[in-house]
Amino acid sequence: MTVVPATRVEAGTAAAAAQHPAVAAVPPAPPGRTAFLPALGAVYRGQLSRGRVARMPLLFVAALQSVGILVLLRGVVDIDDATVCAQVVAGSTVLVVAFVALNLLAQRFGELRAAGALDYYLTLPIPRTAVVLGTAASYATFAVPGVIVTALFGALLYGLPLGGLWLLAPVSVLSGACLAGLGAAVGLLAPRPELATVAGQIGMSVVLFLGIIPPDRLPGASWVLRDLLPSSYAVDALTESFRPDASWAAVGADLGICALVAVVALAAATAALRRAGTA
Amino acid sequence: MYSYAVRGLTRRHRAPDRVVVANDRIDLDIPAGEVFGILGPNGAGKTTFVRQLMGLLRPDEGSIELFGHDVLARPDLPARFAAYLGQSDLALAELPVATAVETTGRMRGLSRAAAKAERDAVLDELGLAEAAGQPLGRLSGGQRRLACVAATLVGERPVLVLDEPTTGLDPRARRAVWAALQRRRDSAGVTVVLITHNVLEAETVLDRVAVLDAGRVIACDTPGRLKAMVDADVRLDLAWRADPPADDPTVRLLGRDAVVTGRRWTVRMPSERAREALAQLTTGPAFAALDDFSLATPSLEDVYLCLGGTSRDLERT
Repeated sequence: MTVVPATRVEAGTAAAAAQHPAVAAVPPAPPGRTAFLPALGAVYRGQLSRGRVARMPLLFVAALQSVGILVLLRGVVDIDDATVCAQVVAGSTVLVVAFVALNLLAQRFGELRAAGALDYYLTLPIPRTAVVLGTAASYATFAVPGVIVTALFGALLYGLPLGGLWLLAPVSVLSGACLAGLGAAVGLLAPRPELATVAGQIGMSVVLFLGIIPPDRLPGASWVLRDLLPSSYAVDALTESFRPDASWAAVGADLGICALVAVVALAAATAALRRAGTA
Repeated sequence: MYSYAVRGLTRRHRAPDRVVVANDRIDLDIPAGEVFGILGPNGAGKTTFVRQLMGLLRPDEGSIELFGHDVLARPDLPARFAAYLGQSDLALAELPVATAVETTGRMRGLSRAAAKAERDAVLDELGLAEAAGQPLGRLSGGQRRLACVAATLVGERPVLVLDEPTTGLDPRARRAVWAALQRRRDSAGVTVVLITHNVLEAETVLDRVAVLDAGRVIACDTPGRLKAMVDADVRLDLAWRADPPADDPTVRLLGRDAVVTGRRWTVRMPSERAREALAQLTTGPAFAALDDFSLATPSLEDVYLCLGGTSRDLERT
């Protein structure tokens, strides 16, 4: 950093500074922008450290909700229909991601925006993408313990094979990125924080409804809505992983769609943050 | 050399039913290495002004230059030249103090080792070392503010723009912040632009102060020269425990010029007359109704009121 020489030539009087600005002094060169990766790392680390304080809402509530749904549906669905069981477990698992990454993140960005707290990020010399990606990544990370607990518990409760569960890793990363991107965009674009909260909750309810109910049992034309919902592709990919004859091509295609939506949503959130910064 | 040169800055806030002019044709030059203050009551347009300096708001009219660069054309520059302390700390509220300061340093481009070293130094400097491991949200209001100041100071910048840095701080913490700002100005020529509605802060730390009222700069000079404008007058404060006798000539005379708030009267007058009036009050029949009185030399608050400032919520401690 270039250091600006002090303008005050005489010890003391402020008047001197006012009257004799140091004409000869060279204006400092602008300090550089912080590179993307260190900025991303710093945002991510900072956000992750919040998990210690806000442990209950961020880590446990989502898992408890999904485990509750699994227990509830255990008495309702036909346990011999492996496809339906796989669907229920996969839907409940993705619901954890939706709760944390979509619902809580939309709320968070809505609150930050309403309080004027985005100024903190907007006045740091970092790329806006790093703020959105770092925060989204931390919320996706908060969902991981809940995802693992829900998937394992569900698979055991419904007697599903555990062999394909490695797929949880790409599914939670990609559905996390995609839903967190949507959550961030909703939170940053909603005109009022209450609307961001409501939108996040409705989004989560839609994921719950369309994710857990098997597609062939959905009423009316709601399958169209299901196809439009990016989380459905994460649910389908995870459902495949519980089948003995999983079609990896279908899994790949489903995850590809998640990745695509993630890129679009994160780009939209970044644009929204940029807009919030030059109101 | 000026760090900021502001010309004709105007910003309107558009509410659904009306338009409020928050900043009205503000012209200011802030030389590099100056501790420059903006004093004014709530709603005077101080925050709107500094948010424009930081590129967070676009002015409707006017220009802002930062070290000769046009801020409107290059809105990324303020974030590179200046560190900003805003009013909300929600972004950091759940972070442990040390993490908040260190990650902010990383975001200002410090290496991992440098960020840790600066973090420790600034926490020591502000007396926050003991709170390092605690999340900001669990600290007292004052310590929380102090932690935000620490995050603003880390990763040195040539300019600091601070929106009420000492609000809610106890006197010791307040002095630590003032010392930290002056240290940076003296050793590295850092320019400090700070908002305050605290008269003592303005008189203690500022090289120059702009007095803002209803979006306009109504005065801008050193605190000493501003006070010299009203030097001849002193302020007589009277508190009555009962209604003062209306037929007393001194009471009648004072009542004509007094600003009355409840049972308190404030009168500005030449010191000779004030002494006389006080002598007559304390020896006459009005003394029975008088609860308390004080005679004070002018402060920046008097300057503000004499210049036509309307609001009365400046702090004095």
